Amino acid sequence: MIALIDYGAGNLTSVRKAFAAIGAEVFVPAAPQDLERATAVVVPGVGHFEATRVLQGAWTDAILARLGEGRPIFGICLGMQWLFEGSDEAPDLPGLGVLGGTCTKLRPPAEDRARGVAPLERIKIPHVGWNALDVRSGAPIVDGVATGTQVYFTHSYAAPITGDTAAVTEHGAPFAAIVQRGQVAGVQFHPEKSGDAGLRILRNFVQLAG
Amino acid sequence: MLSKRIIACLDVRDGRVVKGINFEGLRAAGDPAALARRYNEEGIDELVILDITATLEGRRALADTIRAVARELFIPLTVGGGIRTEADAATAFDAGADKVSLNTAAIERPDLITTLANRYGSQAVIVAIDAKRTRGAGESGGDSRFEVFSRSGRAATGRDAAAWAQEAEALGAGEILLTSIDRDGTKAGFDTAMTTVISAVVSIPVIASGGAGALDHFVEVFTAGGADAALAASIFHYAETSVRSLKQYLRQRDIPVRL
Repeated sequence: MIALIDYGAGNLTSVRKAFAAIGAEVFVPAAPQDLERATAVVVPGVGHFEATRVLQGAWTDAILARLGEGRPIFGICLGMQWLFEGSDEAPDLPGLGVLGGTCTKLRPPAEDRARGVAPLERIKIPHVGWNALDVRSGAPIVDGVATGTQVYFTHSYAAPITGDTAAVTEHGAPFAAIVQRGQVAGVQFHPEKSGDAGLRILRNFVQLAG
Repeated sequence: MLSKRIIACLDVRDGRVVKGINFEGLRAAGDPAALARRYNEEGIDELVILDITATLEGRRALADTIRAVARELFIPLTVGGGIRTEADAATAFDAGADKVSLNTAAIERPDLITTLANRYGSQAVIVAIDAKRTRGAGESGGDSRFEVFSRSGRAATGRDAAAWAQEAEALGAGEILLTSIDRDGTKAGFDTAMTTVISAVVSIPVIASGGAGALDHFVEVFTAGGADAALAASIFHYAETSVRSLKQYLRQRDIPVRL
């Protein structure tokens, strides 16, 4: 059973529906000790990095314990950013730190204004909508996902491109859209809202769980 | 590159999809779940379910319709019409909505925008603005003034659409759904000048709505209008234009779309 962690950062209905559609069993743990029966852990979430504060302490310990046993973990959107060392959005708050690097804000419209970019040419923040993946690795999480595939994003901060980056997307500047390092994987976009491509990536994660 | 989104709107009353002209004279057009399925197969980027009579009649969002549509759909789903309170929004989210669209309630209780943005994230809160050109507004858009109307386009608020869009963004709205009352249902084209004005003053995405009647109307609102997305209903419902052929037309004109 895959544990879907509900830490109050957004609505989980769509994520649950998507896992149900691919035949994966999901439960929402009420407390960190419930993670003991998890075959895999999914950290979803939208909104401000500050929302991840409740994951510090017992949740973090339980998640790291599962990871130590070889159970895979999957971060979605804010949940993926949390896998990194932290985010400029809440500088005092550390992330899980299983991936190297810090999340930063996408290029803000004020910068375009200062550079004299015409109003209708400025990139908009948040980055909302369908954008293309540039697949950069043969990681299992991107199995069957081709460069040019479009997925649905909605975010203002993003993770840096590192050796763990499996796919890149560009909005103002390139950022990590999909990451994988061993049993740790994540996506900046919403696979539960990205049609067949999104469901494919969720299936790839479920495969990691074995 | 970020694609321009094509959004289909299902105006729903009593569980059936209807579409009016200038918000009046509603015509029946079909079953919401069946239409949603068809649009999804054709490659629609997003769906909006709008309970069009909810505000007038004080009815609540149609949770059963949302559930029926959300069951098999893995693209963003927005619900609007009759979202008056935090509890109404919670009902819509629990039924499977990814975003709610606030209109009259946001005008009367702007703090609802912030409350919902804090709880569900700004990406889940769309502020819908129904606006009309005031007398003397020029086609150029330069000196145009666009007035906000509430209550399904019936009540003039005396507020300027650009100022309200900026305020909504500051309060936590994640997107603006801008509908031209003058153009709604006319198929005379989007109000591109109005879309340009609003797009230039906010940094959040603007969805243009009202008046889509031809493929070139979409080209115009995405280029001259600076819209991030365009919403239409009747042009798709009556199968006058398929979503796929519209997107192919846009791609041929170098407008980025998801195909």
